[in-house]
Amino acid sequence: MELAAPLQFNYQVPEGILLLFALLTGIVFGMFLEKAGFGNARKLVQQFYFSDMSMFKVLFSAIVTAMIGIYWLGYLGVLDITQIYINGTYLWPQIVGGILFGFGFVICGLCPGTSCVAVFTGKLDGLAVFAGMFVGLFLYGETEPFLRKAINYSAMGDVSLYELFNMNYGVLTFIITIVALGAFWLAGRVEQRYGNSLS
Amino acid sequence: MLRKKREPQPYWNPYIVGFGIGLLIILSFFVTGRGLGAVGAFNGILATLVHAIAPEYALANPVYSGYVAGVDHPLKDWVVIEIAGVCLGGLLSGIVSGRFKFEVIKGPRISNLSRLVLAFSGGLLMAFAAKFTRGCTSGLALSGGSVLSPGAWLFMISVFIGGYAIAFLMRKAWN
Repeated sequence: MELAAPLQFNYQVPEGILLLFALLTGIVFGMFLEKAGFGNARKLVQQFYFSDMSMFKVLFSAIVTAMIGIYWLGYLGVLDITQIYINGTYLWPQIVGGILFGFGFVICGLCPGTSCVAVFTGKLDGLAVFAGMFVGLFLYGETEPFLRKAINYSAMGDVSLYELFNMNYGVLTFIITIVALGAFWLAGRVEQRYGNSLS
Repeated sequence: MLRKKREPQPYWNPYIVGFGIGLLIILSFFVTGRGLGAVGAFNGILATLVHAIAPEYALANPVYSGYVAGVDHPLKDWVVIEIAGVCLGGLLSGIVSGRFKFEVIKGPRISNLSRLVLAFSGGLLMAFAAKFTRGCTSGLALSGGSVLSPGAWLFMISVFIGGYAIAFLMRKAWN
């Protein structure tokens, strides 16, 4: 079978169609986030008090679903996985930045995507998060020359986990799926014990 | 006649939402070769604003120029339009579900003002950190995690470590 996807790279897709696809993708994404209750900062952060593990469940069930789907589309030759974008790995910036991101997340209660849902469902704390994010990005824009060395430290390029560990893609996909299923079971047990989910 | 107060609809099962978002990520990779994003749109909007106020300054700055130099229009961008969709989808779903309401979401033991100051500060720290990590929960954790980027998995583990580490200090704000 001929490799056909990503469609954008293998066919002449007009820009207008791509932007319409972006808008529709965003609308569905925003509806899903709202339906999960992720416009509500207090519900989201309950993840970190063990009383409502929704954030973990949504995040990892989405990743496992997409991981399996992308693997099979690649395996069947429908999607050329050499053409897809794999986020670059920067070891220390992503560890230290991730911890700081986690601090920021629990302090403000939202992430950049869910803050949009919060603002557009009338949550005024979401607006404050918006304002803080713009100031944070502006501060970065003004100080970038001093940070450039730090943020590029320990760059490892666009490798994938299975290349890094020299593993079979399918085997790794399977292992992560099994681990995730175990984690979902554990999340259910944690909620049973500490659960006090906000409705 | 008394108008019956409308109760918000219940939230959806998180696994159904996760499965749906997973399908959306597959579709996005199928069409564009990329996943979803969020913080990138804020970068684009900020660069557009700086460019509108001080064009030469924006073009000379290595961070902003990446978004505004040599492009047709900086807001005619995949992730900016996608985030506009997220806002619209959130609004529609919020109205339909009976959850659209002007309010400050917070725990019972904190004032509105303190909550807003924390929201601002946390947002600032989070966005600044997202420059170090090259992405947020959508663009890096969800999308990069799905294509098995080591950085995406490191990021997720670190976010959970950071979140659980600070949760005790922040308990008064939420519970």
